[in-house]
Amino acid sequence: MSDYAVETFNIVRTFDDGDVRALDDVSLHVPKGQVFGLLGPNGSGKTTMVRILSTILSPTSGKATVAGYDVVKQANQVRRHIGLAGQYATVDENLTGFENIRMIGLLNHLNKAYVVAKARELLESFDLTDAANRITKTYSGGMRRRLDLAAALVANPPILFLDEPTTGLDPQSRQDMWVIIEGLVEGGTTVLLTTQYLDEADRLAKQLVVLDHGKIIAQGTSAELKAQLGTTVLALTFNSINDALQAHTLIGDLSDKPVNVEGTVLEMTVNNGPAVTADALRRIDAANISLSGLALREPSLDDVFLTLTGHKAETIEPEAPANTGRRQKRKERV
Amino acid sequence: MTTLPVMTSTHSALRWAVSDVLTLARRNLLALFRIPVALVFMIIQPIMFVILFRYVFGGVIHTDVSYVNYLIPGILVQTMIFGSVGTAIGLAEDLQHGLIERFRALPMARLAVLAGRTISDLFRNVIVLIIITGVGFLVGFRPHGGIVSYLQACLLMLLFAYCVSWGFAFIGLSAPNSEAAQAITFPIIFPLTFASAIFVPVASMPSWLQPFAINQPISQTAYAVRGLMLGLPHGQSTWIALAWSVGAIGLLAPLAVNRYRKAA
Repeated sequence: MSDYAVETFNIVRTFDDGDVRALDDVSLHVPKGQVFGLLGPNGSGKTTMVRILSTILSPTSGKATVAGYDVVKQANQVRRHIGLAGQYATVDENLTGFENIRMIGLLNHLNKAYVVAKARELLESFDLTDAANRITKTYSGGMRRRLDLAAALVANPPILFLDEPTTGLDPQSRQDMWVIIEGLVEGGTTVLLTTQYLDEADRLAKQLVVLDHGKIIAQGTSAELKAQLGTTVLALTFNSINDALQAHTLIGDLSDKPVNVEGTVLEMTVNNGPAVTADALRRIDAANISLSGLALREPSLDDVFLTLTGHKAETIEPEAPANTGRRQKRKERV
Repeated sequence: MTTLPVMTSTHSALRWAVSDVLTLARRNLLALFRIPVALVFMIIQPIMFVILFRYVFGGVIHTDVSYVNYLIPGILVQTMIFGSVGTAIGLAEDLQHGLIERFRALPMARLAVLAGRTISDLFRNVIVLIIITGVGFLVGFRPHGGIVSYLQACLLMLLFAYCVSWGFAFIGLSAPNSEAAQAITFPIIFPLTFASAIFVPVASMPSWLQPFAINQPISQTAYAVRGLMLGLPHGQSTWIALAWSVGAIGLLAPLAVNRYRKAA
């Protein structure tokens, strides 16, 4: 038995007769008992990977094992070891919170008395006891996500797939979700998390893989990625595009990463924020260019992409054909 | 969080498959009674049809037996077929909301989603059958075929509707959303229920339409149900309706199952 909870070997998945390569030669090695982050924008292949690992979709080529079982040949064994929850919070809107968990428990072939006790316990620990007997149509976005996750945990799966668990949630609900996920990992669960947010990956994941257009473009611990990236983004806003372009030539050498000018805004990733900022301001001032804004901020996913790929993260493309039209994104009620 | 031991029951695969089907059928029925619109469609609409044809149109329709006796068996068959639209809508909604994907990641019987849906719709048809029979009696329906024949007629139309519902399952799984599923079913259902022997005798229709109206499956089922309930001769209609049922499920169930395997 391997030390990895999940392993994939050269997974390829194409859609539309090969026209779309959602995953292109992706190999992952997810250690047991920690959060493993799959980071990438919409359309990068994250959800496709989760669907393959949870046996919903089969790979076009390559091999994947979950809990030591092959996702294609031993799909039913895989299903006994996983829980799945995510951004679409697929709860049955016409059932109550309690009924939703009970249904998933029974479909996991668990003993009825156990399912009832476990459902109560999960509702309690996810702060849903008061809403347990309400139809989930009336739930807020945060409550839906918590219920979705609670239902995924009814069979105590050792491996949990969380597909963008906080996308679209308000800040408080995100925090709550993070605390829950940390608690699960402390209890020994392996979590494969997909996210578009660097701060989320940073907070939760020990190891990260960055996907872009179905390919792995970087991997390592979040510290390693950040070191690769530079720790701060300096954003300067000028009064005109000309000023911004001129400033680019003046201060471009202060960063060894690509400098991005969009309109009147210049952005650069730097390793020593305060020192570089002082240096940049001196040069700009000496050239008699005035600034209308200045900010130092943590790098975002956009910055990761800019640095790693030279292009901005695109967020227009849908994840996979199954998500287009067929499934409308529901509005999150907060 | 304390962790309870997972107690997986140790039944045979078949018993689990049955359990999965019942779990999902129960879930569908709970939803049915919680959506007011669904209840209106299910009960109010057929009652409106009874009233409409019994009291508004009935006066100009000439039948060998009293019109109310002609009408009620027909309305029962029509209600079963209209109810099948719910099968298509329900599956389209489950697909649209990602529930079917969620079910696919569970260690449950693969086809429990389809079986659970068609069985909950069968159960719904039983309820509607009882209600509309009661309404029929209130408006003067007096069948003289005897209780055994009456029950045979009920079983025959429930079987027919069950078999046909697999075709609607196929539509539900093929449609991009529930509105589209509903839209696709109407051009199929309308000609089949109205160009039939459900509301009016086929003899009153133009001659080019009669061969279709007489021989199509809904008419044959209506002839059989009416004949059995009223105690009238109805030729080979029962056998023809049974043959249509078996043929329909034989053709449509594999189509729906195949569609289900591919749908995501």
